[in-house]
Formats: sequence, structure tokens, C-alpha cells
Amino acid sequence: MRSAPDDATETLAGLAIFADLSRPELERVAHSLEERYFAKDERVLREGLSGSAFYIILEGEAVVIAGTTRVNTLRRGDFFGEISVLLGEAPVADVVAVHPLRCLVLPGQLLQEFLQTNPRVCYRILVAEARKLANATRGRG
Amino acid sequence: MGSGPGGLQISYSLSRLGVRHAVISADESAGGMFRRWPFFQRLLSWTKPYAPFERGTREYERYDWNSLLPIEREHAALMTTIMDGSSYYPSRPEMERNLATFAERTGVAVRFGCRWTATRRDGDRWVLETTDGEFRCQVPVFAVGVSQPWRPQIPGIEDVPHYADTRPAETYAGRRVFIIGKENSGFELATGLLQWAKQIVLASPSPAKLSINTRSLVGVRARYVQPYEDHVLAGGVIVLDASIERIERREGHFHVHTRKADAASDLVFEVDDVIAATGFTSPIQDLPNLGVATVGRNKLPAQTPFWESSTVPGVYFGGTIHQASPGLRKHGIPSNSGGVNGHRYNGRILARHIAAKHFEVSPERPVISRAELVSFLLTEATNAPELWHQKAYLARVIVRDDKRGIVDDGVQPLQHVLDTGGANSVAITLEENAAGEIYPVLYTCRDGATSEHPLPTNALHDFRTSEHEKAVIAAVEGVLL
Ligand SMILES: Cc1cc2nc3c(=O)[nH]c(=O)nc-3n(C[C@H](O)[C@H](O)[C@H](O)COP(=O)(O)OP(=O)(O)OC[C@H]3O[C@@H](n4cnc5c(N)ncnc54)[C@H](O)[C@@H]3O)c2cc1C
Repeated sequence: MRSAPDDATETLAGLAIFADLSRPELERVAHSLEERYFAKDERVLREGLSGSAFYIILEGEAVVIAGTTRVNTLRRGDFFGEISVLLGEAPVADVVAVHPLRCLVLPGQLLQEFLQTNPRVCYRILVAEARKLANATRGRG
Repeated sequence: MGSGPGGLQISYSLSRLGVRHAVISADESAGGMFRRWPFFQRLLSWTKPYAPFERGTREYERYDWNSLLPIEREHAALMTTIMDGSSYYPSRPEMERNLATFAERTGVAVRFGCRWTATRRDGDRWVLETTDGEFRCQVPVFAVGVSQPWRPQIPGIEDVPHYADTRPAETYAGRRVFIIGKENSGFELATGLLQWAKQIVLASPSPAKLSINTRSLVGVRARYVQPYEDHVLAGGVIVLDASIERIERREGHFHVHTRKADAASDLVFEVDDVIAATGFTSPIQDLPNLGVATVGRNKLPAQTPFWESSTVPGVYFGGTIHQASPGLRKHGIPSNSGGVNGHRYNGRILARHIAAKHFEVSPERPVISRAELVSFLLTEATNAPELWHQKAYLARVIVRDDKRGIVDDGVQPLQHVLDTGGANSVAITLEENAAGEIYPVLYTCRDGATSEHPLPTNALHDFRTSEHEKAVIAAVEGVLL
């Protein structure tokens, strides 16, 4: 039994999408993601720019801006960037930090392998996507 | 602060811009980390004595990762005049001599044996307390390196020597050695111990990345891959993907408890030596107490694209600490800011930025004729060492100036260029996609709107073709032309 886990592992354990992982799995995941810090007002995801990444928020707050409209607010545990990576297209919106933001980042080209190696994370992401789709459909109806 | 390659380059560049400054260092001589490391006394950054361009030219810098960047041609490509040519990786003493010679010949003055110990604000000045009295300045630049041992929180790791405490290789003769960490420092030690150790285990939670697969300097460099080959050929070395659960010190040996992520299976190793090749952090003293935010496992200072603290304006960083200002990381490609080949360019840009922002020294901005513009851009893409060493991180920027026409605005951080927009401008970078193709990218900013124009790749990396010319003209029409 480990008494003093890494900070990073501990932080991951608290996020919904990693809730089903064992400790050694968490540790492996922690080692494959990079932490990044974004100052207030810094752009994280850029509309129209190729080669983007998948982000998971650890701390802080960001907004999704399509054109000039704020369409969503993102907080701890939320993730973004996966749509452009999965579709192989540049993002269609900006994501901007509105409070200092800490994220875990996975470069786009590693996402497929990451999801295949961690099917339980993949399932959690799928559930979250289903919720987003349901909300959007309801909104439209 | 600091007399490693980072501090030396910045000090040199500030001097040539006429910015008065002082350099202090805790060391007794120039060279920084290279006064001691790499442990096995040979670098992992190369300098090719023979290359397609003449030594001392700007284009040659692409082939020489280790020389600092002077304006005077007689001080350029210094490394080539010092290394003995037995390997294109200079030895550690040769690198130390290269840096000390640069400082001496270009007149970089350092107050050695002077350790910065604490920091405070006094009006519009920073006060740096040192072992040699107090220094006051408008702008501090901390180029204190990333070579302070860092260990993850593993029970029992307190008893384990770090890379920094590795003993002479022959003292590992006939012993079982367990190395924690599968990055370059771990593989460097394993490579050096191959002929001595009875058994070598290299372990960490995630699989080793190799530079030839990541296509970047993130990953184990080819020259340290020998232990990996030994492992896959079942020669006795074990490369293990497992978390280290705990380490127990016994009479004369260690028990290392490991657990594999997938199978959740436990393995216990009885070994004579354990070495933590678990990485390094930066000795930034009390800066976090002043509000300097840090990032990542090893807590490096979070920085803006111009290497200023993200949270405390006016506090700058230099040298390898720039690795914590990662830029856009397009297609996952990291900057080379951790190595001399990358941060030497950042250092030159930082000096220019500080000179302009804090000391009203405007850098030179030459005019480019309309007729030359396209070939200028494509020649930069083909030969500019800044763009080759810092892909998708540094960009050559050209702006349209109402009075002067088309103006070369120098090399700047790409992220800064994209975030500021404004004037009609074009920036050119080199980038690499997931398929490993390297190609130039133009970013045009027209009336505040930015767009990205990737140009075709070229098998010989020569972008001065008619196809590229057409693509450039199409992109810059209406922006600069
Ligand atoms: C094991 C290892 C091997 C590496 N091999 C290579 C390689 O082969 N090629 C390469 O390009 N890069 C290599 N690197 C990366 C390397 O660290 C940098 O490229 C380079 O040395 C960093 O230069 P620097 O000036 O930023 O820091 P350093 O060279 O570490 O210099 C830091 C300076 O700051 C001073 N300092 C620190 N604290 C204080 C204080 N409180 N007060 C005053 N002064 C202080 C130190 O005395 C020193 O002079 C390696 C790194 C490691 C850890």
C-alpha cells in the first residue's frame, strides 16, 4: 500500500473521468499527460489553428467563444479539444481562460492510443459527450 | 542570475544592445551545469565539424547545437575550435571550455561565488539579497538552471541517491542496480553502467519514449538506447513499465516493490543499489512566496511567451527554465527550449524584448524591398537556424509599416505574434505534423484577423521552389503586397 502518492496522481483521482482507474493506472496516466498553466485571458484553444490538443481542467475557469459569443463555461473536471482532434479538423471555437487555469494536456495525435489504452476513461468521456448532445438537442427542441 | 549558457547568452545580448546589467553566479567559473554533467562526460547535443554551410555563418548554426550566438563572426561556432573531433557529441570538459571561452572573449563579466538568497520589492526596484550583499535592479532575470535534484513522493525514496549522487562507474562493478526513471538521465546512467553492473533494471510507470519515435528531443536519445536493445534481446537488462510502490533499505541491499498498471501484478526486486533518475527542478528560492506560479510535477515557473512570470510581471527567466514556456505545441511538437540549441535563441530575443520594453532601446528593423519579400521568406524557411531549432515556437515576422514599407520585425515567439495581431503582418515558421512531414507555415494578419497557410513539404527541405513561391504570393497578397 502506498502512503504518500504523487500530487499529480492524487489530483487525477479526484476527477470524474478518471474515477474508475486503479492507482497504478492513475500513475501511468499522470505520467503521460503534461500540466499547463494559462494566465487569465490567455487563449488555450484557437479557432482555425491546426494541430491542437485534448485538455482536462484541473483548476480555474475557461469560456468557449464561437465568433464573438460566449457559448459555454468550463470548470474543474471538464474537458475540451477532443472534437477537433477526433475529427481531424481545426477547432471551430476559441477557449479562453477567464481565471488562471491549470489543465492536463494530451497532444492530439496521442489521443486515440490513450483512449484505447484506457477504455474506462473512454467510457466516461462517451457518457459526458452523450450528456452534451442530449442537452443540445433539448435546447433546440 | 546564473553563469550557465542561458545567463551568458542573455548577458552578451544585453551588452550588445547597450543595456547596463550585472551577472552574479553561485559558481566559481562559467559553464553552469556543464561544469559537472552529463555524468558520463559526453553531451547529447551535437556539433558537426563538417556541414553544408561554412562555420561561423548563420546557416551553420543549424548544425552546431552548442555554440552561443555572438554578432562578431570571429566568436561564432566556437565549439568547433575546441572539440577534438573524436565524436560529434562534444565531451563535457570541451563544452565547459566552449562556454568559458565565449564569456572571456566577448567580455561577459560575472561576479562569481555570489549566491542569490532572497528577493523583495522596494518601490519600482527589485532587491536581490545575496551572500555578497544586496543588488537592486529594474528587471531581474533568473537563469538558475533546472538541475536541482527532484524526487517523486515514493515511500523510502529519501534513502535513495539521486542522479546527482551517482558514484564513479567502477564502484557498481558486479552489483545489481535499480534505476528509477526512463528518461535521458536514467538511460544515460544505464548506458554507462552496462559494462559494470551485474544486472540493471530501469523502471517507471509509463513506457519509455524514444526520440526517433517522438521526432523531438522529448524521448530517450538514440545514443542512450543501448540498454533498451539489451532488454529487447533479453540480454539481462530489464526495462519495466510499473509504478514504484515503496523502497525498503535492508542490510547492504534494497527491496524495491513495483506494480504493473495493466495486470495489477506486483514484482519485488532485491538489488544492491537504487538510483533516482527522477528529474530536476529549478532553485527559484522564495519566488513562489512573491506570487510566482509554478507548473508541472517539478514545479517550474509558469511563463508568458516572452519568458516573464505569468503571475508576477517584471520577473523574467532565462536558459533551460524556458522549457516551462511551451508555446503552442502544435501537433504535440515540443520546443527545444530545454537545450542550448533552443534557449540560446530565446535568450537573444529576451534581451531584445527587455531592452525595448524596459530601457527604450529600439531594435533595428531593416526594410525589405517588395521584389525580395518572397525569396526572403522562403530562404528563411529553408535556412533560418531559429526556425529549425524552435519549430512552431519562433517565427520570423514581417510587418507593413505605413511610413517605411515592408519591415523585418525580427524573430519572435509565435504565440506572441498570434495573440497580438494588430498591424498587417506575416509570420513564417517551420512545423511538423503527426506524419513527420516538415513544412513552412505562414500566418497572415490582415485587419486584425489571423489565418494559417501551411505550405507544401519538400523531401530535401528546400522550400525555394516555384510551387512555394506561388503559395507565398497567394497568402501575402493584400497583407504585405
Ligand atoms: C543531466 C543533464 C544533462 C544535460 N545535457 C545537455 C546536453 O548535452 N546538451 C544541452 O544542450 N542541454 C543539456 N541539458 C540541459 C541543460 O541543463 C541546459 O541546456 C543548460 O545547461 C542550461 O543552462 P542554464 O544556463 O539555463 O542553466 P545551468 O547550466 O544549470 O546554470 C545555472 C546557473 O545558475 C547558477 N545559480 C543557481 N542558483 C543560483 C543562486 N541562488 N544564486 C546565484 N546563482 C545561481 C548556477 O551556479 C549556474 O551558474 C542537460 C540537463 C541535465 C540535467
